[in-house]
Amino acid sequence: MKNDRGDIELAGVCKSFDGVTNVVDGVNLRIADGAYCCFIGPSGCGKTTILRMIAGHEDPTAGEIVIGGQNVVGLAPMQRRTAMMFQSYALFPHLTVRENIAFALRVRGQSKTDRLRAADAMIEKVRLTQFADRLPAQLSGGQQQRVALARAAITEPRVLLLDEPLSALDEQLRVQMRQELRRMQQELGITFIHVTHTQLEAIALADLVVVMEQGKIKQAGAARDVYAHPHDRYVAEFMGGQNVLSGRVEKVNGASFTLAQAAPSGIEVPLQARSTVNVGDKVDIAVRRDDVALVRPGRDLPPGYTTSLPSRVLAIEYQGYFVKVMLDTVPDDEFVAYVPEKTFFADPFTVGDVVMATWATGSALPLA
Amino acid sequence: MQPSPSPTLSPARSNLAGWLYVSPLVLVLVPFFVAPILVVLAASFFATDGFGGLTPGFTLASYVEVLHSALTLKLYLATIKFTVLTWIFTLIIGFFVAYFLVFHVRNQLLAIGLFLLCTVPFWTSNIIRMISWIPLLGKEGLINQALLAIGLIHQPLEILLFSDLAVVIAYVHQLTIFMIVPIFNSMARIDKKLIEAAIDAGASRFDIMRLIVVPMSKSGIALGTIFVVSIVMGDFFVVKVMSGGGSASVVSAFYEDVGVLQYPTAAASAVLLTLVLVAIVSLILRTVDIRQEITR
Repeated sequence: MKNDRGDIELAGVCKSFDGVTNVVDGVNLRIADGAYCCFIGPSGCGKTTILRMIAGHEDPTAGEIVIGGQNVVGLAPMQRRTAMMFQSYALFPHLTVRENIAFALRVRGQSKTDRLRAADAMIEKVRLTQFADRLPAQLSGGQQQRVALARAAITEPRVLLLDEPLSALDEQLRVQMRQELRRMQQELGITFIHVTHTQLEAIALADLVVVMEQGKIKQAGAARDVYAHPHDRYVAEFMGGQNVLSGRVEKVNGASFTLAQAAPSGIEVPLQARSTVNVGDKVDIAVRRDDVALVRPGRDLPPGYTTSLPSRVLAIEYQGYFVKVMLDTVPDDEFVAYVPEKTFFADPFTVGDVVMATWATGSALPLA
Repeated sequence: MQPSPSPTLSPARSNLAGWLYVSPLVLVLVPFFVAPILVVLAASFFATDGFGGLTPGFTLASYVEVLHSALTLKLYLATIKFTVLTWIFTLIIGFFVAYFLVFHVRNQLLAIGLFLLCTVPFWTSNIIRMISWIPLLGKEGLINQALLAIGLIHQPLEILLFSDLAVVIAYVHQLTIFMIVPIFNSMARIDKKLIEAAIDAGASRFDIMRLIVVPMSKSGIALGTIFVVSIVMGDFFVVKVMSGGGSASVVSAFYEDVGVLQYPTAAASAVLLTLVLVAIVSLILRTVDIRQEITR
């Protein structure tokens, strides 16, 4: 019986192209069967290399890649029962949509009638029936993407690998195709591994977000975990939506500690998961941009708000449902408040105003 | 004259601009291509006094003579045989050399170096290249010596040199590069990701070649074919030298005609050959759209 499980385990996977530097450096990860997993990181962080190693287009220098309980290192893509959707799609330009989609069945020796019937069924699934006889060059970007998806999915792989599938599309189409990817994934019920450098894409789609830097996994977890509870400065800054501040620990008092800052009272931070913090340590903390409230100097802070940092408004950007206010709260680092539109316009600030940036004590998050 | 108020050129002026754009090509094509063809075409309809003198006029006598001669058919058959054999061998060798250079040589500098190596035979003259086959293929040549020495044959093989085999060998030697270059060119444009996508779909090496590489090199193959076919069909020198006079081609026949001052029949043969070649080339162009090769 063939093994249909598409759970993946990476164990100590390393890859080096020149024998000196590891592009992928000791990656351990477990991806559940039927999960939508997004690898995210800046270009050159090794995410595409991991994808290509899972696909079988690259062999790991060290480590094991286990799919469905079977070590697949050294196997051809067809034996792994993975399929890859390439960046910019790599559709065969001399074949029609139908022939492109039927290609994998053709090289598997399926009869012409069988494979064309299967291809037509798949074409219907991706809603391309009226374009079946066109060449790829005669299709729009979104249609080409659907052909690429159909071509990869036709072999009923247990894992589908997508290399920056949306990067060739314009913004509007990207959002639309994002949903389509998710719909296809649910319909096929197989594991999707998606490489991207767009945070929004990753958190919108993924069950499991894997943040990478320089060949290493920085954090892996559910989208909300990674976004709201970043482990360290890198993840917080990469995922966005957070202000990162650093300072020295002034005193530790039970369940919280106080960070010395250019503030009258310092910054009180709950200890949370960080077990040991000593006086004098240099610590990074993160505060969500939408948790920051701005209060005019002299007014009372809302209850539960203990920290207030005097700041000057550097710039204001209207974003629709919120207003992005850039402040000079901390030297050298960006500090931004996302103020709800209605709150902002009840008492609008202008560039140059002095305000107090404040937040509820519980929303400050110590970073590793 | 008042300058035209509209920003677009008036019909007459845009016409002039159009002619100016094509003028460089016209200046080359008319004196070096159109005029000679017209001269040959005219000569083919003239009468001759048999001693090289031409009488202007219009007679189809030369065509009748050429078309009625049993020799013409024989020569065409011989030429087509050389052409087809040369085409097959240059295509096979050219395709695989290009395939190797594009898909198996990872280092681009090495690929370019090897590519230049293919042109080494062209660093010397055509005649030298042909003569250089004699020490290899001749009666006392290396191959015969070797075969005699290992006892495979007891008599030197006569067929190696001054034979049809030698003609084809010389053609293949000279013309394979004309296959390599255009095929290399179109193969080099195949996105390597397509090959990877085919591997991902489970295609074998042979599948990839059959379903991806060959169809996508079609325009290069067509261009190379046009080069090889037109060169072989228009050649007489290689046939003359390498066959030792034992074989002839269409062109060698009208070379003989010119030698005995039969200009109109030579011209008529030339026109006929041109028509045949035009037919072959247009057949190739109808099968394969080479525009993408030229425009991109």
